[in-house]
Amino acid sequence: MTVVERREIALVDLLDRLLAGGVVIKGDITLRIADVDLVRIDLNALISSVNAQVPSPFEESL
Amino acid sequence: MTGLRYVYAVCRPFGTPLQAQLTGVGGEPPRLLPHGDLVAVVSHVPEGEFAEKPLRANLENLDWLTAVARAHQGVIDALTTVTTPLPLRLGTVFRDDSGVRTMLEAREEDFRRTLDRLEGRVEWGVKVFLEEEREPRAPAPAAKPASGRDYLRQRRQQTRSRDDAWQQAEIFATDLHRALSESAEDSRLHAPQNPTLSGATGRNVLNAAYLVPRVKSEEFVERVDRTKDGIPGIRVELTGPWAAYSFAGEESAGKEEA
Repeated sequence: MTVVERREIALVDLLDRLLAGGVVIKGDITLRIADVDLVRIDLNALISSVNAQVPSPFEESL
Repeated sequence: MTGLRYVYAVCRPFGTPLQAQLTGVGGEPPRLLPHGDLVAVVSHVPEGEFAEKPLRANLENLDWLTAVARAHQGVIDALTTVTTPLPLRLGTVFRDDSGVRTMLEAREEDFRRTLDRLEGRVEWGVKVFLEEEREPRAPAPAAKPASGRDYLRQRRQQTRSRDDAWQQAEIFATDLHRALSESAEDSRLHAPQNPTLSGATGRNVLNAAYLVPRVKSEEFVERVDRTKDGIPGIRVELTGPWAAYSFAGEESAGKEEA
């Protein structure tokens, strides 16, 4: 295979898969944590917290 | 020992034992929890971090999330060397082993069907970026606009060039996605990545995942490689092979996305 560079996997690629992919278990038996909406909200919160900590190097024009 | 059960994946039973030194979330070794003809891969996690309330809070802590995501991925990676795992979403937690067994029983049919569908397949990620820094062919230096009208004209031209570049990138991405979908059994479109989180330069135009039989991976990778020198200002990135995270849910109705 030509392109299998085993660099460290980028976190963002991992989160695409671990927070938006994977089997979602629903049901009363579990703690019902793996919920699509919950995860979407969390990721947004996370991104805004990252934004707050690390100001973008690029000027936001308009 | 008390604690909750974190579930990484569901698999068919496999003969090979897990690597002895393999650790999962929180440094705990994962173990196999067989039930019928399925196996859940689980480890103990502390209630202080993984009960519903702390988990909600922890999911918003980037360091914590990173550690859990890497550990989860490490276990899935190890599993892919011995079987085709069906990965569960990050943060799937049960109170005890019997909760996990009940879940396996309740979802038995789904799991079997999905495991059959994914057997011997891997996922490849393909992203297309439009380099925004690249200033499109602006009309020669034109150091300072001589007047307000000149300024506006320059701005309009720049905007038009940017729109052209954007349109070109969209066409490129659409064509690429169509071509790759033909070489793949299934595809998924992820949301474009936020540059703050990815640190990538340029604008993410396509963020797609393709389900490809392991034996056809080389062909698929070569196909992606061939597109890489296509158009200046457009960058194609390949990641994988991944376990089939993006295809663990219900099967898409055909290839309508393509």
